[in-house]
Amino acid sequence: MAEELVIDVKGLTKKFGGKTVVDHFDLAVPKGLIYGFLGPNGSGKTTTIRMVCGLLKPDEGSGACLGFDVIRESAAIKERVGYMTQKFSLYEDLSIRENLEFIARLYSLDDRKRRVAAALADLGLEARATQLAGKLSGGWKQRLALAACMIHEPRLLLLDEPTAGVDPKARRDFWDTIRHYARQGVTTLVSTHYMDEAVQCDRIAYIAYGRKLLDAPTREIPARIGLQGFEIVADDLEEPARRLKDAAGVDVIARFGAAIHACGRDEVALEAAVRPLAAIPGAKLTPIRPGLEEAFIYLMNEARDNFE
Amino acid sequence: MTPPKPSNARALAGIGRSLSRILAIFMKEMVQMRRDRITFSVMVAVPILQLTLFGFAINTDPRHLATAVLLKDEGPLTRSILSGLRQSSYFDIIAQARSEAEGEAMLRSGRISYLIVVPENFERDFVRGERPEILIAADASDPVAASGPVSAVREVALRALAADFERLPATLRPDPSPVNVVVHRQYNPAGITAYNIVPGLLGVILTMTLIMVTSIALTREIEHGTIEALLSTPVRPLEMMIGKTTPYIIVGVIQTLVVVTASVVIFRIPFEGDVIIFAFAIVVFIMTNLILGYLISTAARTQMQAMQMTFFVFLPSILLSGFMFPFRAMPEWARAIGECLPITHFLRMVREVTLKGAGAADIVGDLWPLLVIMSVLATIAVMRFRRTLD
Repeated sequence: MAEELVIDVKGLTKKFGGKTVVDHFDLAVPKGLIYGFLGPNGSGKTTTIRMVCGLLKPDEGSGACLGFDVIRESAAIKERVGYMTQKFSLYEDLSIRENLEFIARLYSLDDRKRRVAAALADLGLEARATQLAGKLSGGWKQRLALAACMIHEPRLLLLDEPTAGVDPKARRDFWDTIRHYARQGVTTLVSTHYMDEAVQCDRIAYIAYGRKLLDAPTREIPARIGLQGFEIVADDLEEPARRLKDAAGVDVIARFGAAIHACGRDEVALEAAVRPLAAIPGAKLTPIRPGLEEAFIYLMNEARDNFE
Repeated sequence: MTPPKPSNARALAGIGRSLSRILAIFMKEMVQMRRDRITFSVMVAVPILQLTLFGFAINTDPRHLATAVLLKDEGPLTRSILSGLRQSSYFDIIAQARSEAEGEAMLRSGRISYLIVVPENFERDFVRGERPEILIAADASDPVAASGPVSAVREVALRALAADFERLPATLRPDPSPVNVVVHRQYNPAGITAYNIVPGLLGVILTMTLIMVTSIALTREIEHGTIEALLSTPVRPLEMMIGKTTPYIIVGVIQTLVVVTASVVIFRIPFEGDVIIFAFAIVVFIMTNLILGYLISTAARTQMQAMQMTFFVFLPSILLSGFMFPFRAMPEWARAIGECLPITHFLRMVREVTLKGAGAADIVGDLWPLLVIMSVLATIAVMRFRRTLD
């Protein structure tokens, strides 16, 4: 094996009350990578992350995380992984410092005082250390949560929709921090459904309805799907949108600002569907190279067709 | 000297880490307890409220009861008895019945609770030493309420008469000795309700407040979503239970000190027993309650559910433990339930220690069942917690 795998699981399956939430899931995450989990809500992202870090026992499947068995050695995994939950899960009635001290004690860190002080300095929250965590804004809560799950210096970071409800500026800062950790060799597995976050990932696994539909380096994804596309501009976008809706050869219709992107894998069929739109007043058609967003919309549509 | 084996060193490090995790949860709970005003006030207010209610307001020894007298004989002795009854503060004589029928009608209608009948020739028979009877017809629909005043009548009457005897020449006095024996047995100056209730109250206060605060120990974490982060750390179920319940041992000890101080200072309840034995029994009881509450919190999904579940413990704890009603008077099945309740054993211990001055050997019979209950509850709680991970 050329590269060291931080997460290497095969066939992970989890059922809740007869419903299969995660279905034979394979995942191989190399060291130092930022690995994105993309998919609609309820697609099994959270459940998969919980199985990887030993919070849930898989019904089927096996594998290792940081070299420890995900079923038998969950205690060892928990000691070495930093897991940031989707919902803020620090104590709102504890101060910033008390929260960090609590986590540091839970991990039995020898140099607790130094690490808490360092975390506070990194956050720039030294002056507000005695403030209750519940009084922080969404962005600051998220930074505190990240600091808390990094306090024991884990080699693997699991982030479950870390920037939900956070403003764009805070989101950018957050990603700068993640990339900073990645350069130091920390591996990150992050679930999201924001497209601007997906492009930050080195590699993406697309999940829908508990199954992995795609697993590829981020920049190769559009080419893998092989979409062709047109940008359509018109005085009234309703008209082309209506006519494209169920047209053969059009797999994706998406609005981008003042334009519509119509994409499909079959170039001939797509052209046949789109060309007549040139007759609409003010319409202008331009061939484009579809990006990640169109690719994911395509994947989501496919998934819906297959599972619903 | 041989160096310690590496496996020993590893085991020690493991214990150190475990203690660190328990300390982490312990400190966090202490801070949260300090900041949570509602929980804090429950822990302070409940003992004070209950002590006031049970200690002062609730009294199974009622006074100033409406009474009528029917005098078929009148004389100095009868008058002494009547004034004695008035002074006893048990009876307020509000009417004189002219006939037995009238007296009974008053009793039936509820206008009076007691009818005291002095028979014909009472004075003559008394002086002759024929021990005439004073009849008391009591409204015994509340048997507890009736027993105190009834036993008081005899005492009051004899005391009142004793004063009259003093004035008689010695030769004319009836032989008082058989009477006196009866007096001292019947009249029990220690029969104060608070003596029985206040030590029992300690058990009720500890049961209610401690089960209530720990029953939400885990549900609060679930409702706030903090449980997920907590479970993703290396903390183990047993460490969680110890860390989450120990802060409240301190609370229980403080509550105990308040109630015991009030018992001794305000209610003047005698404390006869061994303080160390008493303290040990109390700490075991406090821990049992905390673990019981914690067990509830592993089963409940919300704080509301947890509260509802605690009432399944409170009701039998008050009704079947011997706190409200005599334990021996209950049917077999009710006693069996009572034996499973921590408070039943605690009540027996605390009454024996405070009132009877029991020692270690006397309370063992109730200490070991308490320890068994605690171990069983703790085992189930730890096992249940493991399952809540999934």
